[in-house]
Amino acid sequence: MRPQDILMPDAAGLYCKPGGFHIDPVRPVDRAIVTHGHSDHARPGHGAVLATPETLDIMRLRYGDDFAGSAQAISYGQEIRLGDVAIMFHPAGHVLGSAQIAVTHGGVRIVVSGDYKDAGDPTCTPFEIVPCDVFITEATFGLPVFSHGDAALETAKLLASVVLFPERAHLVGAYSLGKAQRVIALAREAGYDAPIYLHGAMEKVTQYYQSRGIALGDLRPARGMKKADLAGTITLAPPSATADVWTRRFPDPVRAFASGWMRVRARARQRGVELPLVISDHADWNGLTRTIAATGAGEIWVTHGQEDALVHWCRAQGLAARPLALVGYGDEDGEQDAVPFSGGEDGS
Amino acid sequence: MNRFAELLDRLAYEPGRNNKLRLMTAYFRETPDPDRGYALAALTGALSFKHAKSGLVRDLIATRADPVLFALSYDYVGDLSETVALMWPQQHPTDASSVLPAVRGSGTEKAKETGHVRHWPSPTLTDVVTTLRTLGKAELPAQLARWLDQLDETGRWALLKLVTGAMRIGVSARLAKTAVAALGSRDAHDVELIWPGLAPPYPDLFAWLEGRGDRPVNRAPAPFRPVMLAHAIEDADFARLDAADFTAEWKWDGIRVQAVSGRDAHGNVETRLYSRTGEDITRSFPDLLPSLRREGSVEGRLNDSRESVGAFRQQAFAIDGELLVVRDGRVQSFNVLQQRLNRKAVTPRLMKEFPVHLRAYDLLADGDNDLRELPFEDRRRRLVDFIAALDDPRIDLSPQVSFATWSDLAAIRADPAEAGADADAVEGVMLKRRDAPYMPGRPKGLWWKWKRDPHVIDAVLMYAQRGHGRRSSYYSDYTFGVWTAGEEGERLVPVGKAYFGFTDEELLRIDRFVRRNTTESFGPVRHVLHEPDQGLVLEIAFEGLQRSARHKSGVAMRFPRINRLRWDKPPREADRLETLERMLASEATRSNGR
Ligand SMILES: [Zn+2]
Repeated sequence: MRPQDILMPDAAGLYCKPGGFHIDPVRPVDRAIVTHGHSDHARPGHGAVLATPETLDIMRLRYGDDFAGSAQAISYGQEIRLGDVAIMFHPAGHVLGSAQIAVTHGGVRIVVSGDYKDAGDPTCTPFEIVPCDVFITEATFGLPVFSHGDAALETAKLLASVVLFPERAHLVGAYSLGKAQRVIALAREAGYDAPIYLHGAMEKVTQYYQSRGIALGDLRPARGMKKADLAGTITLAPPSATADVWTRRFPDPVRAFASGWMRVRARARQRGVELPLVISDHADWNGLTRTIAATGAGEIWVTHGQEDALVHWCRAQGLAARPLALVGYGDEDGEQDAVPFSGGEDGS
Repeated sequence: MNRFAELLDRLAYEPGRNNKLRLMTAYFRETPDPDRGYALAALTGALSFKHAKSGLVRDLIATRADPVLFALSYDYVGDLSETVALMWPQQHPTDASSVLPAVRGSGTEKAKETGHVRHWPSPTLTDVVTTLRTLGKAELPAQLARWLDQLDETGRWALLKLVTGAMRIGVSARLAKTAVAALGSRDAHDVELIWPGLAPPYPDLFAWLEGRGDRPVNRAPAPFRPVMLAHAIEDADFARLDAADFTAEWKWDGIRVQAVSGRDAHGNVETRLYSRTGEDITRSFPDLLPSLRREGSVEGRLNDSRESVGAFRQQAFAIDGELLVVRDGRVQSFNVLQQRLNRKAVTPRLMKEFPVHLRAYDLLADGDNDLRELPFEDRRRRLVDFIAALDDPRIDLSPQVSFATWSDLAAIRADPAEAGADADAVEGVMLKRRDAPYMPGRPKGLWWKWKRDPHVIDAVLMYAQRGHGRRSSYYSDYTFGVWTAGEEGERLVPVGKAYFGFTDEELLRIDRFVRRNTTESFGPVRHVLHEPDQGLVLEIAFEGLQRSARHKSGVAMRFPRINRLRWDKPPREADRLETLERMLASEATRSNGR
């Protein structure tokens, strides 16, 4: 069995013909397997959806109860058969509920990574290596200039700035699902126990994290706070809000942004960021290359991101590799809240 | 180095002046000597070591990275130092946070076992600066590679910016001095006054600011004092200024100098001539020295009533003035003076043909007295007496021009010959507030320059290209720029190109300058070093200005040409885009009025 007879891109996304399903389809399909809850991977309107319980909950929060015709939950390590194809979900370490999908058919195992990171994260199950024949990897940060370093040191940078500028508010741009909760958890791990404020668009999903037993400490809505009372505090907001009139309610805000892109100065400057925090939910170059090697796969398909460099690297290691043209997936910034979590919005 | 790198990193992103000050002051407070002193030197451009060329950085990364991956990365990042800093293979284990099993030999393995992360030795800023001072050129690549191995991303970025001399973090020397002054609740002016006597890493300065030591005294017998500069006056300024508050003098077209004399610990007289930037140019003008020193007129006993010993006064002083060539009692044009500048050998013939002369503007020190805090009028009175007592034909007083109203002055400025001046050598008039102390730098509202020809600006050479035909082997096409505020602080924006206006001899010198100061080459175009303290200032004359959407600066010049080369002027003193915009606006009003 050739791998391309098992999984191949079509107009809706990655399609498994023998199993009759798509993985992370970008338009409505009959049967969809969804790796994680980010809006570019988890879209509404499919006939049936198979995903982890957390991913299904997140889709429900985002799109409402009727986000799909039917939904089936699957846990990490549990096997499901669709026709002759065996499916198993494994933790991807990207956000709460994120999974890699192992697709096995005719003795060939393909692992679709979805988005993943090998760095530790107190808010989700750690990434797991899944041995396979073909590894389909993301390449968001697929250039050797991307090295995310230690997120704890970046968090220390944020906390030091709060001490240095006690009369200013610190506004941290972070994607609402995953990044925001991770930044909060990192601040708590560093011993920061003051209240942390949230933009309205983050409240629901953050409460969901807390309901899953993830300790995030004292969280409060930024809405309704007096300007002067926000001095010396930390507020998390979706990246789009940190450059918006919404920020006028904060005293002389320090604009921080938590993203892997912050490693590149021009990128940070372009966004008017004063305090770039290199904290990413994707694997960096070392993480990508280390993971590829560890899967033992002889063939690597590289998708969304900097495919060229990673394909070049694989070939230099003697691995068969090719870019896989999949469209419709954002990068870490582009994951902008295209479809925000409704409710709790406090206007602009 | 890492703490300094963090500071640079943060400064590079911080747009607010006050916040930049806070960041720097906090750094100076927390960082021990001598690191903070070297940081101050780096921020004020006071570090002197030979900068590494970008070619060296490229060669280094070629030894560590796959060329295809480097090309893709450079293309993405867009900045050579940053690309190299980011992709330099990590030698120490920062990946201990990975949940994956350690890869053998990566260093991660060991770190995970021992729980030790980031305990690798990394160089301090002091290590880097002191090593670079003495390091031979041949040893530089290996040393740089060692440091890059020891530092993290931000540290590597800061190191490469430092060694290539391209910090560009939007901090002026003045701002850094303001930040350090704040350690002792003083302002930049207090630091400027004593700055020339200080040297990195400035332990006595920090001790004084922190109340642990006395105010540093400049022990050099003939120290340079930072010069005071004027703002260009605009039509709109006159409405706010009262003519009665000001005095006027001609603005002479020579080079601004400071003549300083004093006695060393053994009582020997030392006399020096400095350029406006503090460069010692004494040796270029031996013919002026006898006029500045009267050897043997006083003997050691100086302690009784110093003020009354006229001869002593002539042994310790600092005169601010203009160096000019004067022949047959007439001041010669700048082009004539240029024959005396930047000569390797000063021959007797040269000195006879181009006799130099000092025209005194100001008296900054007289005997033991620092006069800089006195009002200009008081200093001027003392200057008049001083020059009279000196009684030397080579040194005279810059005459004042009397006027009652601004329109009187406008008429005088329009026709200096009528007013009895050497018209060829007059560039315009200088206005000085009667009550102004002598403040280093370019303080607002105290001194104004009112140039005769509005269509002349000082610009900085940015790029050079080979010429055509006879000039095809020379870099003879020049793109020049003026300062403007950018996202990263002050930057140069190109405003035009000039191909003529210089002599063959000048072409040779510019060509040599271009070749020696190329930072990067793109096909036929060379990027020429253009930093606030390093680069070449070109005085550009032009016929007019117009708006232009094609130019990044938004303005285009008609017939720009090189009026003269300002080897004496640091690029930071070149003109700003705002000046061109104002010229453009006043040109528009003038043509509408016709
Ligand atoms: Zn994602």
